[in-house]
Amino acid sequence: MLTIQFIPYNQIAYLDSGEKIRRLLREVKLNKIILMQGRLNPGEETNLIQQTMEMIDETFKGIEICTVYPESNDALGKLRTFFLGSREGVTVIGPASVVKEIKRNPNKIELLTSESKEGRPIKKSKGKKR
Amino acid sequence: MFEGLTKTIIDFFSSLFLSRKNLKMGIYGAPNSGKTTLANRICKDWIGTTMGTVSPIPHETREVKIKEKVEIKKGNKKLTFNLVDTPGIATKIDYEDFLKFKMGEKEAKVRAKEATKGVIESIKWMDNMDCVLVVVDAVQNPYSQVNLTIIGNLAARDIPLLICANKMDLKKASIKKVESAFPQYRVIGISAEKGIGMEDFYSALFKLIK
Repeated sequence: MLTIQFIPYNQIAYLDSGEKIRRLLREVKLNKIILMQGRLNPGEETNLIQQTMEMIDETFKGIEICTVYPESNDALGKLRTFFLGSREGVTVIGPASVVKEIKRNPNKIELLTSESKEGRPIKKSKGKKR
Repeated sequence: MFEGLTKTIIDFFSSLFLSRKNLKMGIYGAPNSGKTTLANRICKDWIGTTMGTVSPIPHETREVKIKEKVEIKKGNKKLTFNLVDTPGIATKIDYEDFLKFKMGEKEAKVRAKEATKGVIESIKWMDNMDCVLVVVDAVQNPYSQVNLTIIGNLAARDIPLLICANKMDLKKASIKKVESAFPQYRVIGISAEKGIGMEDFYSALFKLIK
């Protein structure tokens, strides 16, 4: 069974970066696919990758992650996103053992999960206008 | 947040008072995008040696490698830098993937462990770079999270970057896809392996480091 858990922005907005990442990884290690409102800031993204690498062993193979978001071109918007993250857009994070691949193009995310009984990957789409 | 602010202030004053004698040029990208092939090409072109081994098996480079004082010339202009080849950044590493390359289980597990450490090392080094070449496999979908994370981090740190759309010698390669994914950056189409597009690449390097 595939569990998709939605995390609204207000649930993680007031967590510090470390807590935010621990929360996400805790859920992912329970084999859940996380659908998070908003996105991590660039520093948090690299911290997430670093912590994921530290956790990898024979059972936990890492994560697949993808974000879609509207581009913020003004300097203030970029600064705000860098320090505070952003509630705009959506982030999908799943365990690599469940999510084989996430394909992103500007307007949609395609999630290719583990093979179904028929031997075909299950394809799920999450559309998001920029 | 406080640490980030302190670092920004230190970096600002460092850039004002320190000379750029030890300019560090990093090569970043996903595994198998051709980072070491590009490093080797630059070294071969200008100092006649290579920098590291390349392999079709992902995570061949698992430690940061530095080639000091690489000097390139264009007309009467000269550019000297320390070239830093980094392990590929990934969000997942499965030792079983290495078994497909006829590797024994024990060796595959060791390689996977080393690869995870390599990714961490790559990320840690990002802060030390003065400029970065982001190598993107022009055959693959450029919108991978690894590419976005690397470029997002460099942009947030104000580190100048040049995107190298590599493997342009292959039929399915598309520089347009890479350009449309990152419209705010200069993209140079190259084949590091075949040496295609290197003249334009070196010209772009001079523009990158003013």
